[in-house]
Amino acid sequence: MTVESTAARKSRRSAGGKAGATGTETAAGTTRAAAAKATGTKRTSATRTTRATAKKGAEPQLVQLLTPEGKRVKNAEYDPYVAGVTPEELRGLYRDMVLTRRFDAEATSLQRQGELGLWASLLGQEAAQIGSGRALRDDDYVFPTYREHGVAWCRGVDPTNLLGMFRGVNNGGWDPNSNNFHLYTIVIGSQTLHATGYAMGVAKDGTDSAVIAYFGDGASSQGDVAESFTFSAVYNAPVVFFCQNNQWAISEPTEKQTRVPLYQRAQGYGFPGVRVDGNDVLACLAVTKWALERARRGEGPTLVEAYTYRMGAHTTSDDPTRYRHDDERVAWEAKDPILRLRRHLEASNHTDEGFFAELEAESEALGRRVREAVRAMPDPDHFAIFENVYADGHALVDEERAQFAAYQASFADSDGGN
Amino acid sequence: MAETIKTMALAKAINESLRRALESDPKVLIMGEDVGKLGGVFRVTDGLQKDFGESRVIDTPLAESGIVGTAIGLALRGYRPVVEIQFDGFVFPAYDQIVTQLAKMHARSLGKVKLPVVVRIPYGGGIGAVEHHSESPESLFAHVAGLKIVSPSNAGDAYWMMQQAIQSDDPVIFFEPKRRYWDKGEVNAEAIPGPLHKAQVVREGTDLTLVAYGPMVKLCQEVAAAAAEEGKNLEVLDLRSVSPLDFDSIQASVEKTRRLVVVHEAPVFFGSGAEIAARITERCFYHLEAPVLRVGGYHAPYPPARLEEEYLPGLDRVLDAVDRALAY
Repeated sequence: MTVESTAARKSRRSAGGKAGATGTETAAGTTRAAAAKATGTKRTSATRTTRATAKKGAEPQLVQLLTPEGKRVKNAEYDPYVAGVTPEELRGLYRDMVLTRRFDAEATSLQRQGELGLWASLLGQEAAQIGSGRALRDDDYVFPTYREHGVAWCRGVDPTNLLGMFRGVNNGGWDPNSNNFHLYTIVIGSQTLHATGYAMGVAKDGTDSAVIAYFGDGASSQGDVAESFTFSAVYNAPVVFFCQNNQWAISEPTEKQTRVPLYQRAQGYGFPGVRVDGNDVLACLAVTKWALERARRGEGPTLVEAYTYRMGAHTTSDDPTRYRHDDERVAWEAKDPILRLRRHLEASNHTDEGFFAELEAESEALGRRVREAVRAMPDPDHFAIFENVYADGHALVDEERAQFAAYQASFADSDGGN
Repeated sequence: MAETIKTMALAKAINESLRRALESDPKVLIMGEDVGKLGGVFRVTDGLQKDFGESRVIDTPLAESGIVGTAIGLALRGYRPVVEIQFDGFVFPAYDQIVTQLAKMHARSLGKVKLPVVVRIPYGGGIGAVEHHSESPESLFAHVAGLKIVSPSNAGDAYWMMQQAIQSDDPVIFFEPKRRYWDKGEVNAEAIPGPLHKAQVVREGTDLTLVAYGPMVKLCQEVAAAAAEEGKNLEVLDLRSVSPLDFDSIQASVEKTRRLVVVHEAPVFFGSGAEIAARITERCFYHLEAPVLRVGGYHAPYPPARLEEEYLPGLDRVLDAVDRALAY
């Protein structure tokens, strides 16, 4: 019912891009009908059984275009969104995922070597991030958490820019408007409201850009995420909520966050929600494109739940052996996003040995470049503490800067004596 | 020239100021609960939606974090949102967005992001309201770098300070003295206003300095008038801004009067008076004839309306502090 009412709502923006609208609405309807069925089953079990039972009975219903074995499966609703993907583009997606994983591994190593204070690895989530990231247009805008290194890659953000905050030389520091990629947001879920507000602005400006907000299963419990769903629905904002359900919020499994599959949350707010195989880059690309096009057409927000797995620790400070068994990880390794696309590429004869060898070399070069860039990253000037606190200045900041300068200067004599 | 000066209530002055901002800058938006058709529970936005439309004067869902969070997003897109928090005690759901995001994003981006957002908060007591409708939380915001905190005491300042707050590229928390909303004063829309964060001497004196802002300025003027009848000549300084705070003007006054009493509705403990006392003691140690005294709310939840007269600084309580300071 809610789908119809959302779709029926008049577009607030220019009525461009009607193509595919019918197919899209069918897609949403079908998915949601299936979702409703799933809820029925789930709710019954949830009300009278333990968490373990609920977990056992839930074979997640999700959009999949590539099986873990790399076999392309047909999907009438979402195939049109990847129909034009060429072998070259498939190789591009593969390259994106491999380079992202390589960059991520390098950052983990740099943390172990003491070059970074912390790193939040995206290992296992490459398909969710590259698939959704490559669905975007340049004029779209991204609001990431602190783990969207793959999306940053797709936006053309230099990977070394992401490392300043993890090294402790800044708190982000890049210009979000350079790549339409907002600063990493550490407090969980806050950025979904910024994305919604930004999308409200996009709608006011009358352009057909879209906005995408990334968050995780843990963030789905935050009030800000709920409020962003409300605001975006009420104002019909062109925003895609892209939830990477990686099964774990540090040590808490998804069952500690929700009793219903997360994508079903959208129903209560009046917009469609879809669960996609988050380890299937093609499915993530298709579903995100579909959701973005809805936004462009003025049909409002969409919730995409990318069902994936955090293969590594929450961050380098975390120890997952305290709360989860390794066999779970082993099971997910069989669904590895990179391996699955490789199998597909090889089976389709889209690649040769040269491609993989070249990519391997490119990968190592990236690792080396990142390593060198991090090691060369200088500590900030002491006076950076007082910079950019205010845009228009502040008397107290000026006063304290002067005091700090005087204090620093008091060491000048002894320094000179050495 | 005289025609450009109009007499109006403080609430109306803010209304006129918002109207002018909406007229002069298409990026200015008004957002909040009931700010549209109703014109706000205090009618501060009365008539604005009718004249500027629903896309610029926006009734929001009842979710304060959502209001401030989406305002941040709109500011990132190039808009200049002026959001209303309906009452002081309702700001806390938005406290996270204000403290964690609004205040810090400029620094986080090393200056690349600017967030020109004004958060309007009707604050303070004296109107006989139920719980959460009479609080003075300015210190909770003043403690946070990245925010600017102002509070006008009269209609003329309300008009111009709102203009300046909207023009500021920094986020401004604009505390409106709700019990003075209906007090009339002169507004000169052609005037050239002084700097937003500069204090103003509203009564000159020689014996003691009374420092206040927002709703307590009027009280301090009444105190000074009462003291004058007893032959005491008090100076009254309207701070107007809590962050940044114009210590230079306080210092100049205290170097003349040698005695200082700070008055605010907010609890004395860790209040702005504590900061003023500490810094003025540091700056004016050899000028002071008495310790800096503070008059304000108690370290207790804001009381039920029938007790607020006892809780809030009143004429006698401030006079008592004045007498104690003069007794040194």
